Amino acid sequence: MIAHALIFYLLSSITILSSIMVISSKNTVHSVFFLILAFVNVSCLFIMIGAEFVGMILLIVYVGAVAVLFLFVVMMLEGNFVKVKQGFLQYMPFGFFIALVIFFELIIIIGSWQFRPEFIKTAKIAYDVKETNTVQIGKLLYTDYFLPFQLSGIVLLVAMIGAILLTFRRRDNLKRQDILKQSSREREDSIELVDVESNKGVKVND
Amino acid sequence: MIEITLAHYLFLSASIFTLGVFGIFVNRKNVIVILMSIELILLSVNINMVAFSVYLQNITGQIFTLFILTVAAAEAAIGLAILVVFFRNRGSIQVEDINSMKG
Repeated sequence: MIAHALIFYLLSSITILSSIMVISSKNTVHSVFFLILAFVNVSCLFIMIGAEFVGMILLIVYVGAVAVLFLFVVMMLEGNFVKVKQGFLQYMPFGFFIALVIFFELIIIIGSWQFRPEFIKTAKIAYDVKETNTVQIGKLLYTDYFLPFQLSGIVLLVAMIGAILLTFRRRDNLKRQDILKQSSREREDSIELVDVESNKGVKVND
Repeated sequence: MIEITLAHYLFLSASIFTLGVFGIFVNRKNVIVILMSIELILLSVNINMVAFSVYLQNITGQIFTLFILTVAAAEAAIGLAILVVFFRNRGSIQVEDINSMKG
C-alpha cells in the first residue's frame, strides 16, 4: 500500500512539474517535450488505478499523434522565437488571480463534497470484476454508446477534411498531370500534314 | 495520506486544470503554447473522469474519456492547421501580432 502511495505521489508530482514547465519554458520544443512527459505520467497513473485501456489509448493518441503533430508544427514554424517575454509580467497578476480563484473553488468543491450513500448501488452499469477493463469498455461502447461512437468517427472525419482544406494550396508554376486533357487529345491537335515544296523548307512552331 | 483516495486524484486534476488556465492567460509568446494549455485542461478533465469511474465502479466515465480524447485530437488538428495557414499569410504566430480582428 505504501509503495502504491509513493508511486502515486512520484507520478503526480512529475506531472504537475512538467505542466509548469509546459507553460513557462522559453523554447517551444521543450514545451512539447514536457507535454509528452506529462501525458506519459498521467497514462502511468491511469494504468495504476486500473484503467489500462484508457491509459494505453492516451499514450497512443496523445504521445503518438497529437504531440508529434505539435512537434512538426513547432519545428516548421520555428522562426523568430528569440525575442519573447515582453508583456509576460503585464498579464501575470491578472492570470495569477484568475487561476487562484479557480483553484480554490475546485479545492472547496473537492473538500466539501460527499456521495449520497445509495449512489453506488443505483449506478446502472456496475463493474464486472471477472472481466478485464478492455472487455468491459468494448461491451458498453459497441452497445449502449454505439451512436456516440459513430458520431465521434464523423467528428474525426470532419476534422481531417477541414485540416486538409485549410492547408491545401494550389501552386500554378508546377507541371501537373491532367488526365482529362491527356485522354481527350485528338489527332488534329498534335499532327499536321504539310506538303513540302522543293528548296523552301517547313516553318516549324509558328 | 498513505491511502490514495478519490480526493488525491481530484486534487491532481484541479492542479493541472489551474495550470492550463494560467498558461492561457500568461502566455504572450506564441499560439502553440496556448493550444498545449488547452490540451492540459482536457487532460485534467480526463483524469477526473477516470478517477470517478474507478472509484464509483462504473465504466461509463472511461467511455466518455474516449470521446473527450477524440474531440481533443480533432481540435488539435484543426487548430494547428489554422496556425499553419495564419503563419503562411502573416509570417508570425506571436500572440501580440494576432490582432487583425481588433475593432
